[in-house]
This record gives sequence, C-alpha cells and structure tokens, in this order.
Amino acid sequence: MTTISGYNFAYLDEQTKRMIRRALLKAVAIPGHQIPFGSREMPLPYGWGTGGIQITAAILGADDVLKVIDQGADDTTNAVSIRRFFAKTAGVATTTRTDAATVIQTRHRIPEAPLTENQILVYQVPQPEPLVKLEPSRAETRRMHALAEYGAMHVRLYEDITRYGQVAISYDYPVMVNDRYLMAPSPIPAFDNPKLHQMPALQLFGAGREKRIYAIPPYTNVRSLDFEDHPFRAGRAPHACGLCGADTSYLDEVVVDNAGGRLFVCSDTDYCETRRDAGHVGEAA
Amino acid sequence: MAYVAVKGGERAIDNAHAWLAEARRGNPAVPDLTLAQIQQQMGRAVDRVMAEGALYDPELAALAIKQAQGDLIEAAFLLRAYRTTLPRFGYAAPVDTAAMALRRRISAVYKDLPGGQLLGPTYDYTHRLLDFLLAAGATPPPAAEAAEPAAAMPRVADILAQEGLIETHTDTGTEPGDLTREPLAFPAGRDIRLQALARGDEGFLLAMGYSTQRGWGGSHPFVGELRVGEVTVEITPPELGFAIDIGDITLTECALVNQFKGSKTVPPQFTSGYGLTFGHAERKAMGMALVDRAMRAEELGEDATAPAQNIEFVLYHSDNIEGTGFVEHLKLPHYVDFQSELEAIRRMREDTK
Repeated sequence: MTTISGYNFAYLDEQTKRMIRRALLKAVAIPGHQIPFGSREMPLPYGWGTGGIQITAAILGADDVLKVIDQGADDTTNAVSIRRFFAKTAGVATTTRTDAATVIQTRHRIPEAPLTENQILVYQVPQPEPLVKLEPSRAETRRMHALAEYGAMHVRLYEDITRYGQVAISYDYPVMVNDRYLMAPSPIPAFDNPKLHQMPALQLFGAGREKRIYAIPPYTNVRSLDFEDHPFRAGRAPHACGLCGADTSYLDEVVVDNAGGRLFVCSDTDYCETRRDAGHVGEAA
Repeated sequence: MAYVAVKGGERAIDNAHAWLAEARRGNPAVPDLTLAQIQQQMGRAVDRVMAEGALYDPELAALAIKQAQGDLIEAAFLLRAYRTTLPRFGYAAPVDTAAMALRRRISAVYKDLPGGQLLGPTYDYTHRLLDFLLAAGATPPPAAEAAEPAAAMPRVADILAQEGLIETHTDTGTEPGDLTREPLAFPAGRDIRLQALARGDEGFLLAMGYSTQRGWGGSHPFVGELRVGEVTVEITPPELGFAIDIGDITLTECALVNQFKGSKTVPPQFTSGYGLTFGHAERKAMGMALVDRAMRAEELGEDATAPAQNIEFVLYHSDNIEGTGFVEHLKLPHYVDFQSELEAIRRMREDTK
C-alpha cells in the first residue's frame, strides 16, 4: 500500500508522540495506574480505538511488524481499517500471524498463542475506570484508587454470588495489578484474564476518549478479583472448534441455519488457521 | 453445511466508501454544490461546524459540510481531526469584544443604552412561514444601509460595573489552561469550563440551559447583552515585538445578568454567566452562558444539585465528537463479549434448574 504524503510517520507529530511516550513511561512505572494524557482527535472516531491507535503510533518504528485484531480476528472491518491506517501513514509491514508481529493492537481479545518478551500488546480501551459502575464521578474514583479503597467492588462481587451463585461479570472482569491498583482489563472475555498474569510481553492500554493510558509491565502479577471460597473461573463455550478441533480456545458461536443450528469456531483466526495448516481438523471442516 | 469464515472486510470497506461517495454526490444531473455556495448560503451551518470543530476556517468548514452530506457533527469531527495536525506557531492576544464591529447588539435589561439596540440580521421577529418565493429562487431586494458603520459600543456588563452592581473579574495573570493539550482534571477552573463549552454541542448546551430555566438549577437570568460582529485577532511575533493584525473573525457573545443574594463578605450584587462562540450562533452562546452560570453554583455558595450545576457531568458530556464516537461505536462487533454473556447466562439458568 502506498503511504500518504503530508503527514508525519505514523500520523502523529513528534511532540505528541513524545507526550504519549512520557505517559507510557509513567504507566509502566506504576503498573495498573491510570495516567491522564493529552489525547488528540484522531481521524477515526472516539470509541473506535483512538487510544490504542495513539499508543501504537507513539511506539511504532519503521522495522516493526504490526498485527491488528478485533474480536480476535484480523479480518473484522475495524481491524482492517486500523491496519490500513498504519500501512498508509507509517508504511510498516503488517501481518496476521501472531508470532510474526512485534506490535499487536487488539480490541476485546488476547491472542491464544503465548506472547514473548519481544512483543508489545496494545489494548483499545473504551472505559479505563473499573469503578465506573459503582461511582460515576472520576474525581471520586481517583480518590478511591489513591486510598486503594476497593471494598465497594468486593461487595458487588459478593452481591452477585448471593443473588446468582456466581460472579455475573463475564467480560472486562476487574483485576488487581501488582497487588495495588484495581484495573479494567478492557472488554476481553474473563476467559482471557489469566493470560494477563506474568505475561512476558509488555501490555499497554489506551483510552482515547477518556484520555487515560495504563500498563502492565512484563512479568507482573495480575489477579482477577475473587474470594477464597469462590475462586475466579473463566467460561468458554463447552465445545471444540468446528474447523480446527481446538478444545481450549475461546469460541465464537455462529448461527448457521434457521433451525437452531450452531457452529463453534475459534475467535482467534490466526490460531485457528495455524492449527489447520498443521493438520488439525474439526468436525465441521 | 460448510462454514466459510467471514472474510472480505477489506473489499466491503472499499465498496462501502465508493457507494458513499456516489450517494453523497446524488443525482449527477443536479449541479454539484460548490464550497462558495455552502459558505455564502449556509452560513449558520458553517458557523456551527467551526465552533464545534474548534477551527475558524469557513472554507474548510464548507468542505467538511459537503463531505459529510450536511451531517454537522460529522463535519465538525472532520475539522477537529484536521486541526490536531496543525502546528502551533503562536498564541493570539485576547480579543476585545468591546471593540467589535457590530452587526447586531441587543440588551433585554435596558430599553435604551449608549450605542442603542441594533437588531441586525435576525430570525427573531420573522413569521415562520415557509417562503415559496425562496423555493422559486427569488433574489431579495437590497437591504437598507446605514450611512456609517455602527461605532464601537460599550458592553452592558461594563455599564453595570460602573455602579458596582455586578461582579467584576480581574486578570489574575495566570495563563489559561488548554483542553486540547491537557486532559480534563477536577476541580476544573472557569477558563477550562468555558473552553469546553465553547466547543460543546449546541443541542446539549441548549437542553442543559433550558433545564436551568425549568427549575433544575435556576439562576434568574436576564440577557444583559447579546452581540454579534467581527473582532480583530492580533498576535505578537517575538521577532517583531509588537502586535500585528492577522485577520477578523465573527463572534457571538452573550453576557447574562443573574441574581445573587450576596454573602457574609459580599453585598448583594448581580452575577454573570458568559457565552462566546465562533460565528453567528445566538442559541449556542445563550445556552453556554446559562450553563456557565449554573456551573458557578458552588463558587457562589448555592446548592449544586441540578445536572447543569454538576461540572463533571456537564464537561464530560458536552463534546459531541466524543459522544457521537462512543455512542456509535456500539455498531462495532461485540460478539466476543456477547458470547461470554451467553455462556454466563446459560450457566446461571442451569444453576437455577
């Protein structure tokens, strides 16, 4: 793809990138703590990944190989749109292969394949404040974070257990980072939460509209909130992938006919393809 | 039945864009809209887009309106996205609205006042009857012209201040904040609040201002003055050391006069709410002034209980570029999260059996 003229490498000007990098350094220094930053208007709408895009723009180098996924898939329209944006404004190489990417920007999933120290995972975050459903005022939630006053969140989980017998949060499941800050992992399914813990790759979170950046440095402890007698548990559809037969991956449920027919397939398209290339076959393939 | 993974997002996007371009153009037998036509004949739309897009450039605003098929929020977004890429080479001196070349100036608190009432080009007293002559393309007869342009007129707030009846504001010398560079933080000073409102959504400010009139944080407003006209923008380049005129911009300014019972230390006096916006935009300037005054409740020792008085609520929800993005992002695929909800709800139903 030809690159666009008249704009700086990766769209943002160098001053803006520097401002974002400073916020990133602070974020890495205080794992899980939300750093306000001077988020810019991007040519893509707020809520469509502007935070992730700004981080990617700030960390991208000419030698990087970029992968963009949305819902785990490389070919969802918004992932395509963002990947094209960087191909056009930075001219970097792009890939759909998890193991070939140096920077992976994601919305709502963590890839199934384990990431390495040489990779950075950039999350698009719609709502960085994990306490927002309990306390809408950001002035107040800032205070709660400062005092590590997270009792309200435990009460919420407890209420779920008394009412439903289990915690009723299935995505964007709150985590404690480095035993200090309560953090919203972005709307990844709770299934992905365990991957946050001790991940070798650097994890960066960008919320453009809310103007916050936060991070989980490599090999950081990340614990999903739970109780001793009600340990955290992550759900996935109890099936095997219809295409590659994987029985541990996160599955999408596809309605295939009007008679209630369902097909379950890997949400991580690269994981599924890699398995199929290696000869794994699912029942529907 | 064989399942084929959904592919072709890339081609779908290209096709959608091509269709959009065709739909935007409409019937090619109808002449293409020129930017000059938009700029000249849809001036209020251009003004609104410049205000909410936070960039004073009528030609680019006209282009944005054309590109957005007249969707003014989309057009404002186009301008905003463009303005962030512009380098900053200096800061203008504060504009002097008392020296404004007026085309309209009215006061609701005095029958007459120095400079007089100047009605100007207003819809206020038009009868809202569809004008079929306009549909037929009639050219209006020329309007009467004054022998001389209106002289600069004192601001009503300054007249009231001479008697000490209204609060006065002194320059504290501190640099105003910059919302476009620093994220909102609380408590947010009035400089930041006014900045946010100036680029805020007209409809939002109208509704919030209206709510204060209906008892949700009332402040007994009078329109002290509403003025529309051109002001000169000046910058002082460091290499020159003196101010130079870089052009004129159209502004609408609204100064409200509100009641205030006084406090232990301050005798009863009028307070003010202030609205200022690019272009000719009276509804916006008035809504802004009402909301500005409402947000001063705490500062003036009033109970802050209504939505318009809640600074955090107002400031976080006044920006239509942020709002439209986040509301419309619900159109993006959410099937991974929905799947987790499906599994959770199935599990919960299983448990209750």
